[in-house]
Amino acid sequence: MNELLSKYPQEVQRILARYPAERKRSAVMPLLFLAQAEKNYITPQAIAEIAEIAEVSATEVASVAGFYTLFHEEPGGRYRIQVCTDLPCVLRGADRFLQELKAYLGIEVGQTTADGMFSLEEVKCLAACHRAPMFQLQGDGQITYHEDQTLETVRALVEELRARAGKEA
Amino acid sequence: MAKMVTLSIDDQTVTVPAGTLVVDAAKKIGNDIPVFCYHPKMEPVGMCRMCLVEIGRPVMDRASGQPVLEPDGKPRIQFAPKLETACTTPVSEGMVVLTENQKVTAARKEVLEFLLTSHPLDCPICDKGGECPLQNLTLAHGPGESRFLFDEKMRQQKHVPLGELIFLDRERCIQCARCVRFQSDIAADPVLGFSQRGRSLEIMTHSEPGFDSIFSGNTTDICPVGALTTADFRFGARPWELKSAASLCNHCPVGCNLTYNVRREARSDGKSVIKRALPRQNEAVNEIWICDKARFVYHYTESPERLSTPLVRRNGELTPASWDEALEAAAQGLRSAGEKLVVLAGGRLSNEDLFNLHALAAARKGRAVLYSDMAGGDLTAQVGLAPGSNLADLGAGSVVLVAASDLHEEAPLWWLRIKQAAQRGARLITLGARPTRLEAFASLRLRADYGQQAQALASLLEPAGLEGDFREAAEALRSAENVVIFFGSDGVELAESEALARAAADLLVHTGHTARPNNGLVGVWPHGNTQGAWDMGFHPQAPAELAHSLAGAGGVLLAGADPAGDDPALAAALEQAGFVVVQELFLTESARRADVVLPAAAYTEREGTYTSGERRVQRFYPVTPPRANARPDFVIAAQLGTGLLTDVEGRAAALVMQRIAAQIPAYAAISYQRLAETQEQWPIIGRKDLYYGGTSYENTQGLGVSLPLPEMVSLPAPKAYAPAPVPAGALRLVRFSRLYDHGSLVRHSPLIGQRLAARAVWLHPSLLVQLGVQPGEEVEITAGDEILRLPAAADENLPLNAAGLPRSAGFPTPNVPWVVVRVPAPVPSGQANKE
Amino acid sequence: MGQYLLLRHREIPNLHQLDVYRAHGGFEAFRKAVTSMTPADVLAAVKNSGLRGRGGAGFPTGMKWAFLPNDRWPHYVVANADESEPGTFKDRELLESNPYQFLEGLMLASYAVQANQSYVYLRGEFWALAQKLDGCIAELEKAGLLGENLFGTAYHLRLATHLGAGAYICGEETALLESLEGKLGQPRLRPPFPATHGLYNSPTVVNNVETLANVPLIVEHGPDWYRSFGTEKSPGVKIFSLSGCVNKPGNYELPLGTPFRELIFQHGGGIPNGGQVKAFMSAGASSTIVAADDAALDTPMDYESTQNNLNAPLGSASVIILDDTVNMADLVQKTVHFFKHESCGKCTPCREGTFWMNRLATRIAAGQGSEKDVDLLAAVARQMQGKCLCALGEFSTMAVVSGIEKFREDFLHK
Ligand SMILES: Cc1cc2nc3c(=O)[nH]c(=O)nc-3n(C[C@H](O)[C@H](O)[C@H](O)COP(=O)(O)O)c2cc1C
Ligand code: SF4
Ligand code: FES
Repeated sequence: MNELLSKYPQEVQRILARYPAERKRSAVMPLLFLAQAEKNYITPQAIAEIAEIAEVSATEVASVAGFYTLFHEEPGGRYRIQVCTDLPCVLRGADRFLQELKAYLGIEVGQTTADGMFSLEEVKCLAACHRAPMFQLQGDGQITYHEDQTLETVRALVEELRARAGKEA
Repeated sequence: MAKMVTLSIDDQTVTVPAGTLVVDAAKKIGNDIPVFCYHPKMEPVGMCRMCLVEIGRPVMDRASGQPVLEPDGKPRIQFAPKLETACTTPVSEGMVVLTENQKVTAARKEVLEFLLTSHPLDCPICDKGGECPLQNLTLAHGPGESRFLFDEKMRQQKHVPLGELIFLDRERCIQCARCVRFQSDIAADPVLGFSQRGRSLEIMTHSEPGFDSIFSGNTTDICPVGALTTADFRFGARPWELKSAASLCNHCPVGCNLTYNVRREARSDGKSVIKRALPRQNEAVNEIWICDKARFVYHYTESPERLSTPLVRRNGELTPASWDEALEAAAQGLRSAGEKLVVLAGGRLSNEDLFNLHALAAARKGRAVLYSDMAGGDLTAQVGLAPGSNLADLGAGSVVLVAASDLHEEAPLWWLRIKQAAQRGARLITLGARPTRLEAFASLRLRADYGQQAQALASLLEPAGLEGDFREAAEALRSAENVVIFFGSDGVELAESEALARAAADLLVHTGHTARPNNGLVGVWPHGNTQGAWDMGFHPQAPAELAHSLAGAGGVLLAGADPAGDDPALAAALEQAGFVVVQELFLTESARRADVVLPAAAYTEREGTYTSGERRVQRFYPVTPPRANARPDFVIAAQLGTGLLTDVEGRAAALVMQRIAAQIPAYAAISYQRLAETQEQWPIIGRKDLYYGGTSYENTQGLGVSLPLPEMVSLPAPKAYAPAPVPAGALRLVRFSRLYDHGSLVRHSPLIGQRLAARAVWLHPSLLVQLGVQPGEEVEITAGDEILRLPAAADENLPLNAAGLPRSAGFPTPNVPWVVVRVPAPVPSGQANKE
Repeated sequence: MGQYLLLRHREIPNLHQLDVYRAHGGFEAFRKAVTSMTPADVLAAVKNSGLRGRGGAGFPTGMKWAFLPNDRWPHYVVANADESEPGTFKDRELLESNPYQFLEGLMLASYAVQANQSYVYLRGEFWALAQKLDGCIAELEKAGLLGENLFGTAYHLRLATHLGAGAYICGEETALLESLEGKLGQPRLRPPFPATHGLYNSPTVVNNVETLANVPLIVEHGPDWYRSFGTEKSPGVKIFSLSGCVNKPGNYELPLGTPFRELIFQHGGGIPNGGQVKAFMSAGASSTIVAADDAALDTPMDYESTQNNLNAPLGSASVIILDDTVNMADLVQKTVHFFKHESCGKCTPCREGTFWMNRLATRIAAGQGSEKDVDLLAAVARQMQGKCLCALGEFSTMAVVSGIEKFREDFLHK
């Protein structure tokens, strides 16, 4: 059974409707985003299901998932804090900011906090160079920008997200 | 005729058709521009950048449109600022290509240096060592030393199984994507891909099972480094220790040309053993490809279960005997059985074997019966594919009609070549009872119920009465420049096969598509030499008739056929037969019931010829010495002939061919010398750079000869055909062929063994629901007098009124028109323990 | 007409709302085009305006549209909103704050080439922007500005967004099209160009977001009016993304031909902490490093002058300022690491060269490189040049070669 299709029939149809009927393959990336919203990473099952919907091979889907950095083939934290440490941001203090963040979260880049809430990642330029330091937050099927950041603003965000997760649980 | 273009390459003038790529134009004049990603069978991608050359083009005067001339009268040439890739640039008039100057030489060295920064340079232990384009090009163009720090090389996995047949060494891969492109563009099985990107790009597969493609082995041939290797050959030998022998594949009617590599080995007492099978180029047959069955199945020849001695039944037991004893016993048995010898032979025997076996039958006023479900070999002999045909020539203007055949399973290389013809613009029409993989490439898909396929095909003769796709198909056949019709045996039994072949032949005759190159009828025969068997005078019998013949025969000689293993009714018939002699490689079910069993040599241990479905006679050569005690079938037949006082030629296969040529008109011009002739083929294979064909072998031992067609066509009177009615509550029994079947040879090949079709009865999923069984659960099948229990498997392509059973299923399956499938009654608990 | 042509939201509050945009003349150009101009008229207006692509290459937009053959259909227009060049953040502001002007431009381009389906390809990180844009498209459909029989004519048009997922190379137009087709973002061989064999092998126009945002104004006010801005060969206004060591980083809309000095000091507020500008990069990380002498600072920012005077491309006009605290070996390490990370891996020189350069640049930036390493780094970069399949590989060498050439000391004494 195709869980993605049975769980999100409308979304899948809406995605497919954007492309010519004989070009279902174009739907692979939007479907990967849809699938990733579930578990915050792409499972082998999702790959097979997307292959079926888009009428391509599982290998072709997996290949796309592997090429793009916003698709994750391994589980991480519920939220990925993706700090831009590219050239223009570094010129405006992104390196220092990252150090502070590591100390605050108590993890290194590539690690996840013990509560499974946050993974810390470094990313390339996010088109927010004038508002460095900045990061994007990927999780819950969304990506949001957080610009002109300080340790205080991050702390507020982290605490809010933890509190929200606490309430859900 | 394509427009011709003249250009100069390193001061040598060359004229080639417009559209030719610079790299190919250079190859034609012996200039091997180095390449990695380019492969002449695939679209250029220009990604490895190895083939950079300097290109200049004549400067044109805007006003006159004429080339601007230098003072010396030569056209002024403007060179591009950057080097260009020879593999992606088409030639143009007046182009000047420089491939040896300092700029180009430096670029080659530099690109190679880039490639080598990541390469492990483990040539001494690499299977590709000695036949590796990277190694060769490094010697020719590479930098003398590495400026890259060895410590900084990436370490990657070296033994990644992509499936059970193919292994990947990630360190050696140079990301040329030849394998990925082969799988998606040529094989249409896009099961290889890249994961990651940049320097982390790596080959992977996500298919289930791994590397799920029947063409997978070809990627190991075209991989320009030792990244992809077969489970078969990995660490098997070094290429320079290998000798090669030209051969053929005999597992389907395509007749792919093979080369076997052999090496003398201690483990077989210093005798030559086969180390691997590779495609041998024959552009008219298999180009440079083969399917995995062809590549991996040969292991049956080295099976320890091969018969190693003649056997003679004494006191009810088969006991070892000497050849003389066995031949004497056989001859005596057959002599005392009187006349009416039945010789039942299979289409994997060579023409020479079959000719001799036929001579035996004739001498005893008996019958030469072909063990086959398919008829029509007499028709293909009249309206078959005409000499000069090449499926690669079919394109726009041609129609290919494939009736009742799942070519992907039955004749993989034809599937590949017809799919490509369709992609070149040929109109592909399929006619069948269920969807097949070929249909994806068809422009018209005609559907007919099982039992109605012949009738549906015949209906195309009269477009007037037709509607929709059928009408369009009938009209397409009429208006096409060329028409080739393939007919197979998907769910077709012998009587319908006869009608099907007849309808196809009628269509070709009526629409005027015979006796011209690229036109004609092709049988998708069950074996490599079924066509030859027809030509040698063997004809099939329907199951009931065959059972009758066998049961009533005083003497039966079986060669390359195992009726008892396939069909319980035939097994019973064989038991009633008088004296039974079997010549075989293995102790088959039929052999177990024989009076004398004579061990036959595998085709790799002798020479001979096969006639392909395209009616091309081709020669195969001895690869290894015969197994001790095994003899070629034609020799055995000749020796039996001696005992039966009949003169049968048994000294050499070539001499048998002389007799064939003398007696069978179509073969009049065939001789072993002619079959060994070759001519230059494109793409060029086997030059020192190895780049074009990968390790596909150059063909130096014969391209074969197409049989001529008779001047006059006289088709036999058509026979009416009506399918046997299926009573209510029963299902039509549909028999189909699988590539990885349990044929008596295939099942002795360990590598292929992992892919053999499951033992099951195939039903439409909704029938399973109706029956209330899950896939894999057993059902009870009543077929005539037999009751079988088999796991049920779901196949949504089967119609609702059918039950599918593969041929050569590995267990006897009744050959009846219909069966009743039901859920087995639960065994009362008290009885269950008794078993 | 206010001060801004593109960044009009800075003057008009809530311009991202359809009613506000329409109240300021929005979609009049589109109406005029569809109801009273032929596609050829629209094309001619854009051609005559001299508008050049703002995505980097500066190719004349009208000429690009005119390349589409009229015997092969359908045609597509794809807006390039991949904006991933380090230092570039102009398209994002347009999409966020003035989306309808961009969409109107996309619709005009579609009409000009008679495309009935067009796409906006956004980098995956613009996830939230894509949601907003989907909302805008829905509004336009509701308002009857997208859909069937527009303004009662036979013309119909649909738009859709498509998100990338983190790959700089997808800004390159053929990689973008591959990505839109659901494949790896690896560039295609050219020729054939997208104009004849683009999306789904159909004739396709790919234009940058900013390029398209200019089009409504050109159609509305005419080519001559547009030519009154900028220089003769580089007409019009341009958004300059200013970043790095400067007091007021941000987007500045200025006529093409404005000197660097004016951007940096007048608009950007000069260098922080009273520092000196040591160098700048005119086109983001892909750019050569320009030593900031007077001649350089006085160079007009237009396509010809930067290329001819500074041997640097104007590109997408992402000006990164480097002051005297910046060591060029560190900077080069950053750019090289970026390109190594973003190389798609398709062609050998780029895949292997960026990997190798990164190893060398990292060693050098860590102070562990020898002089030989520095020379080797420059040599590897030069060895890549002229051999790569697409421009990314070439881009990756620019800062390396120019940096070592002009600031060799920075590399030797770390
Ligand atoms: C590596 C690379 C990255 C690019 N990135 C972008 C980009 O992010 N946005 C963009 O509009 N053009 C980008 N381009 C340029 C596009 O290929 C293309 O020229 C442009 O979208 C055309 O639009 P224009 O004519 O309106 O400028 C890039 C080119 C290359 C080679
Ligand atoms: S495995 Fe071989 S064929 Fe495939 S990309 Fe690597 S080098 Fe090329
Ligand atoms: S780029 Fe021409 S052979 Fe690879």
